[in-house]
Amino acid sequence: MKDLRLLALKKSPWVFHVAAASCNNCDIEILDALTPRFDVERFGIVLVGSPRHADALLVTGVINRKSLPRVLKVYEETPKPCLVIAIGTCACDTHMFKNSYNVVGPFDKYLPVDVYIPGCPPKPEAIILGVVKALQKL
Amino acid sequence: MSNYLKFLLEFLIFPGLVFVAIIGLLLSWLDRKISARLQWRVGPPWYQCFADIIKLFGKETIIPQGRKLIFLLAPIVSAISVILISVLLYNANFYPQCSFLGDIILVIYLLALPPLMTILGASASKNPLSSVGASREMTLYFAYELPFVIVTILLIMKAHGSIRLFELINYQKTHGAYLYSISGVITFIIYLFTMQAKLGYVPFDIAEAEQEIMAGVYTEYSGFALAMFKLTKAMLLFVFPMFIITLVWGGINSISTLWKFAIIFILTVLVKNTNPRVRIDQALKFFWLGMTPLAILGLILGLYKL
Ligand code: SF4
Repeated sequence: MKDLRLLALKKSPWVFHVAAASCNNCDIEILDALTPRFDVERFGIVLVGSPRHADALLVTGVINRKSLPRVLKVYEETPKPCLVIAIGTCACDTHMFKNSYNVVGPFDKYLPVDVYIPGCPPKPEAIILGVVKALQKL
Repeated sequence: MSNYLKFLLEFLIFPGLVFVAIIGLLLSWLDRKISARLQWRVGPPWYQCFADIIKLFGKETIIPQGRKLIFLLAPIVSAISVILISVLLYNANFYPQCSFLGDIILVIYLLALPPLMTILGASASKNPLSSVGASREMTLYFAYELPFVIVTILLIMKAHGSIRLFELINYQKTHGAYLYSISGVITFIIYLFTMQAKLGYVPFDIAEAEQEIMAGVYTEYSGFALAMFKLTKAMLLFVFPMFIITLVWGGINSISTLWKFAIIFILTVLVKNTNPRVRIDQALKFFWLGMTPLAILGLILGLYKL
């Protein structure tokens, strides 16, 4: 029974896009990855509009005092089991904003991040590869 | 006793839950696949919709503050109503002695339950985005129900005022299907648009407009409750075309039902893929100022047996 559930989860990961104060380039690359050219629906990946439907959170951007509580709230609202995928160097560590007064550190201090996809911004191919790797890890 | 057992079997296995769910999920995969091919991509594998449903059943169901019982009952009731329609249609087509007086009215009421339950469930979740979606769904429901009921009255009138599904089918057997007359074509067109709106397909997906109000009426739903709503939509994708065929296209009786079904299904998917979403006021205008006069015209034509 558990295997069946896991298999189903692997075959249909629905993603929710959490833009936590990025410079918007990473977000645009995510949208690129969802276009018909890359056709992620082959793997059952669908972009959903509500965190309640999501199985994976795509988090972008450098985490700061304003965005931290909101990201945590979205994480709480997501039904478990759910994956957290950090996209872009900003989300993986703090990138060039490291010493900024507003930045409160990398994501994995607050959330259990499953996959890191570095790059500024990462290519759509890299994002798809990252999600597929995350599913293998399950 | 054996009657109850027979009903239970019909409800759970064939033509009820198991049968309609499998066919419906395969059809919704076909819908996604055709959409994908139209957008020049490969599309999901055939088991995609089954995987979605199984996954949703395996996930946590978060129940928000608000009316918890209504929130959880709404998806179940809407799924049950669609299964009941399937059983009623099957009996009316193959076992005429099971068709009872007024079952067409029952079917109309059961068809009204899924949108009604969506509205109830969305309002019970106390989410502002859901309530915007619920108000849109309500407006849309009032918009399409008026022409829908008018043309159904037209069909009943043509069959000498009989409100038994079986007699409607019988009338078509002796006099030829309704569709091959002017008022029948009008009925068919209105049924097709009603189906589009009831399924929440583009151009009438105003209630769950993803770009504006997140997931609209389904925003707070997760886990098995969301799966039930998805299942309802999938089953309706099979049951509503069957309803159309039964009422205006000669009933379900031979292998020709298959191509009739295919025509209705492909028309729906094509309309879905080639149209942008309309605003709620445009949808209301379309149904009340466009379709309702057409329905009344059909009613008048029907009086003169055209
Ligand atoms: S990783 Fe680069 S592209 Fe992405 S948000 Fe940070 S600065 Fe922008």
